[in-house]
Amino acid sequence: MAKYSIFSLARNAASYHTNWPKAWRSPDPKPEYDVIIIGGGGHGLTTAFYLAKLHGINNVAVIEKGWIGGGNTGRNTTIVRSNYYLEANAHFYENSMKLWEGMSQELNFNVMFSSRGVLNLAHTPSAIDSFQRRGNAMRLNGIDAEYMNRDQIAKMVPLLNMSPDSRFPVMGGLLQPRAGTARHDAVAWGYARGADERGVDIIQNCEVTGFDIENGKIKGVQTTRGAIKAKKVGCAVAGHTSQLMDMAGLRTPIEAHVLQAMVSEPVKPALDTVVTSGAAHCYISQSDKGEMVFGGDLDFYNSYAQRGNFPTIEFVTASIKWLFPAFSRLRLMRSWGGVMDMSMDGSPIISKTPIEGLYLNAGWCYGGFKATPGSGWCFAHTIANDEPHPYNAAFTLNRFEKGYTLDEKGAGPVPKAH
Amino acid sequence: MLLIPCPWCGDRPHNEFSYTGDATIKRPVDANAPAEDWNAYVFLRDDPKGPHDELWHHVNGCRRFLKVRRDTYTHEILGSAKPHEDITSNEGGAA
Repeated sequence: MAKYSIFSLARNAASYHTNWPKAWRSPDPKPEYDVIIIGGGGHGLTTAFYLAKLHGINNVAVIEKGWIGGGNTGRNTTIVRSNYYLEANAHFYENSMKLWEGMSQELNFNVMFSSRGVLNLAHTPSAIDSFQRRGNAMRLNGIDAEYMNRDQIAKMVPLLNMSPDSRFPVMGGLLQPRAGTARHDAVAWGYARGADERGVDIIQNCEVTGFDIENGKIKGVQTTRGAIKAKKVGCAVAGHTSQLMDMAGLRTPIEAHVLQAMVSEPVKPALDTVVTSGAAHCYISQSDKGEMVFGGDLDFYNSYAQRGNFPTIEFVTASIKWLFPAFSRLRLMRSWGGVMDMSMDGSPIISKTPIEGLYLNAGWCYGGFKATPGSGWCFAHTIANDEPHPYNAAFTLNRFEKGYTLDEKGAGPVPKAH
Repeated sequence: MLLIPCPWCGDRPHNEFSYTGDATIKRPVDANAPAEDWNAYVFLRDDPKGPHDELWHHVNGCRRFLKVRRDTYTHEILGSAKPHEDITSNEGGAA
């Protein structure tokens, strides 16, 4: 494995970048593995990486039906944050945040993580109260949080509509300074390269068609490239969890919904932080290429289509225009949709299942990208030790029937929460 | 835009409606039903990739509920009915 550095860059520049080695192999599946991870997105690749790096399990395959990072890893708006209120979520996402901060060094791969801050806008006195409560909870859990008043926000985000007469006037906000954005493709590629270096087989264009289960114990998987035996199988296929769990005979507290995102044409630097508004149902940041990247709510009907409908695009762009009147002249360049694993309490599942040796990583709702490193870190621990790490001990599959839901939004059992 | 055939109003754009979810789940009749039944009713969903029977509320129209059979992969609308009626699938329905 060639180490990436300024020297290797200079050396390869001399040969016009035609001699770079491949970052990972494309092996044929072996007949048997210690662990098979289904799903070659960020979460699956991270899981394989940490199984090999931290738990000494190198005989691992990641099986992907398409190409790695081609699902939601390549479809999100790249926001990274850990501004959660509930303690179980706070510790899990803060661990993930710390992994983000060291990721480029750990992987020797530039994931372009940028701590540009995430600012949640408050538009009512009650929103200010709830943001201050969440901010205080975060600080008690050792997470950075700063309450921003109106003047501080006006100075920090000069293009924001600060008119006191607008439909949702900006009254304050909660800032997490360490939060930010990262380059999503690089996350998948960096973990794939690191996992491959440690002996993990990454097998693309290989779709799982069934599980081999005997006496309640997993024996392997059936795929479009034949049967593969495994002692343990982990599923990290958010978006299609229901389909995969159907094959194992398990019903899940999950619905698939489509979430859209879009980018404008690129412009010069104008917005150096991530701004979100729950009241206006939108969030926005500017990419390193200059595009305004933004999104809003789900289309709010079950969908596996990876594309949404125009009323949602119209609503989101109208919200953005209200927040940033100056952006009304920008032309929309692209829009796309991703299939969200919407859990019934808005929190994820990293858990054992009723089938011995089958593990589930699912239910990421709107927010799987920021969890990528922490998700794989905890899932690897859960698979290697057959028990969860304290960070994901609350993310069980059976918390719903037991009455221990993690309802961050306080919205009850609906598959719509963030 | 989805064109939803409201049994009372005819084909209407979907942003007149509010989505209410899976139409096949049944609330346990007996309040003392086993916890698994309540868990299935409150939390578990079939979440099919393909035809899905679902409830919509014509909230900015006639304000009545209706059942719609819609393909969750293609978004094709296959039929609709009043909530207490069975949907007769219309394969050539409006998409």
